[in-house]
Amino acid sequence: MEDCLAKKMEITVSEAEKRTGRNAMNIQETYTAYLIETRAVESQSEGQCAPVESLWRRYSEFELLRNYLSVTYPHIVVPPLPEKRADFVWHKLSADNMDPDFVERRRIGLENFLLRVASHPVLCQDKIFYAFLTQEGGWKEMVNETGFQLKADSRLKALNATFRVKNPDKRFTELKHYSDELQSVISHLLRVRARVADRLYGVYKVHGNYGRVFSEWSAIEKEMGDGLQSAGHHMDVYAASIDDILEEEEHYADQLKEYLFYAEALRAVCRKHELMQYDLEMAAQDLTSKKQQCEELATGTVRTFSLKGMTSKLFGQETPEQREAKIKVLEEQIQEGEEQLKSKNLEGRDFVKSAWADIERFKEQKNHDLKEALISYAVMQISMCKKGIQVWTNAKECFSKM
Amino acid sequence: DTSLAEVNSFSPSVPISPSSMINHYKFEDGPELRDLFITVDDPESHITAIETFITYRVLTKTTRGEFDSSEYEVRRRYQDFLWLKSRLEEAHPTLIIPPLPEKFIMKGMVERFSDEFIETRRKALHKFLNRIADHPTLTFNEDFKIFLTAQAWELSSHKKQGPGLLSRMGQTVRAVASSVRGLVKNRPEMFTEMNNYMETFSQKINLLDKIAHRIYKEERDYFNEMKEYGPIHTLWSASEEDIADSLKGIAGCIDRCCRATEKRMAGLSEHLLPILHEYVLYSEILMGVLKRRDQIQGELDSKVDALANKKTEKNLFSEEIGKLEDKVERANNALKADWDRWKENMQWDMRSTFTNVAENNLRYYEE
Repeated sequence: MEDCLAKKMEITVSEAEKRTGRNAMNIQETYTAYLIETRAVESQSEGQCAPVESLWRRYSEFELLRNYLSVTYPHIVVPPLPEKRADFVWHKLSADNMDPDFVERRRIGLENFLLRVASHPVLCQDKIFYAFLTQEGGWKEMVNETGFQLKADSRLKALNATFRVKNPDKRFTELKHYSDELQSVISHLLRVRARVADRLYGVYKVHGNYGRVFSEWSAIEKEMGDGLQSAGHHMDVYAASIDDILEEEEHYADQLKEYLFYAEALRAVCRKHELMQYDLEMAAQDLTSKKQQCEELATGTVRTFSLKGMTSKLFGQETPEQREAKIKVLEEQIQEGEEQLKSKNLEGRDFVKSAWADIERFKEQKNHDLKEALISYAVMQISMCKKGIQVWTNAKECFSKM
Repeated sequence: DTSLAEVNSFSPSVPISPSSMINHYKFEDGPELRDLFITVDDPESHITAIETFITYRVLTKTTRGEFDSSEYEVRRRYQDFLWLKSRLEEAHPTLIIPPLPEKFIMKGMVERFSDEFIETRRKALHKFLNRIADHPTLTFNEDFKIFLTAQAWELSSHKKQGPGLLSRMGQTVRAVASSVRGLVKNRPEMFTEMNNYMETFSQKINLLDKIAHRIYKEERDYFNEMKEYGPIHTLWSASEEDIADSLKGIAGCIDRCCRATEKRMAGLSEHLLPILHEYVLYSEILMGVLKRRDQIQGELDSKVDALANKKTEKNLFSEEIGKLEDKVERANNALKADWDRWKENMQWDMRSTFTNVAENNLRYYEE
């Protein structure tokens, strides 16, 4: 981890700005640009501070970076981006992408993404990533020149297509199953949490009405007036306190969301492995059938029905020279095939090894992060209760003086 | 003859003893001063060919001399309570008679014979009788005594002896007539102030009633969502190893929050909602009492005017006017004393109720 970019460089996404410009189809559009600031960390000299370098990037460029990383490192669980559109909103939150709260939360999410990549032992060394952070102009061209889009297998885009793998790796099957469960349970949790937040908001805010009515009532009362008035004030405080409480909870929700999207990334790795295994089995199958064909031609026995065989029976046998030629072609193909199979097998084993290493790393990270998130959620709830206790203690005092 | 009953109202309002500042329905006399204890319980359903109705057991324990026995147990239905209330109103038009629970609540959710409705009504009937018992004047009312002690058939025959339907109608006609006349000319300042106060108070108490119901509803909705929230964490813990315990812990905490919310809601529906509702009804009653006082005064005023126009038959009128003047003065005093008493009670009730709400919330957050 000493080589981690994160240790050598401070990275922040410090600002967000609304921009208008013309897009690829020459249509005017509004988008948000984010300012990435980097500064080299001098490990020895304390007094000296390296200058801050900065550049602006928009969300689509982050997406391009992530796509590149996913294709180039298929065995790595690539950190996810914050959501494209506001999801799991409860009624007070806006679903608008331009809403300043959404933009702010996205800014934090993007910074988190960069820090995750920069602290990943493999990903942090990628040159395109480094250029993303440091080179404003020409970065897009650089990425496209890598030709990564060609490597991207379009078959992976079909999310639900199953490849019939004869000998699936049990560990990957279990992992894929886990990632599905994780996705389902986290999204369910987020949905219910949003509804709970909505209801809690309602409870707090209606208490604000007490404040108004108490105050109006206190105007006609003599002895009760003061108590009512001050109690009303506390009701207002109570009603207002929910805004901060729920804002803090949004951060918790964002932490969970990150792992919702991480589950997708995990699933992607499993799928790539599945695809690899499928290709391997197909290649092996192909090789076996070619070898069989070769044998049949050589020995003249037809073990399997083939149209060629039938036509040759009907229209006469081939000449020995034709047969020789065919055998030669097949033998070449078989040679090629065996080499390919060997390299595919090797590829497969390497993939499994490195993927599994990253998966172990991810598991530890996930357990650590989620535990911390849950603890911070509990702390938030305790703090909310403490605030409640304070308000109602004050209110009780006012009431008892009525 | 109403004059005798009114004399008792000259007694000063009973001071509130510190020992009675208990955190539930409070009755003004401390337990040492009370000599009449009433409970309403045991609702029972009666089905006849014509109708179905509920009776409640009214249990009375007393040390008073006027009562032949020290304990009485009778069964009464809602109609009987209505009868008692109207008798008290007739006998003491300017005293504040406590409210009865409404005949039928059009809230859509509560059916006429649902357990919830019956229980709410029972509690309100219990309160009604106890408020009368604590009232310095009403507690000695003869109809009240009969209500508490008479067997069913005795009560029926006594009811029939009351003022006929016609005389009651006559009162209603006069009431309508006087209200049409508008503001009474010689209304003492004190009562105009009371009127203004009641208008605002009525408005505010109605609002508070609505707010409290709204809070209850929001809490219920919150509770319903929370019920689903906990189990998700348990479900999640099934797929995890390292963090399974933390998740199960959170699920457990959420469930405890649910139970605390339930308690909070129960507190609202048991204490705050009934009291606010009672005072909503009280505000209507008080407006009625103020109107009746105005009526009585109106009678006097119209007679005085008539006298001013007719110089003859002075003596006859003078006597009538004298009587009316007395009536007005007594009515005014009765009302004033009762008003002060009512306000003190209201204050106490509000204070204790809202303090109770605050305590409930404290308990909720502490849990």
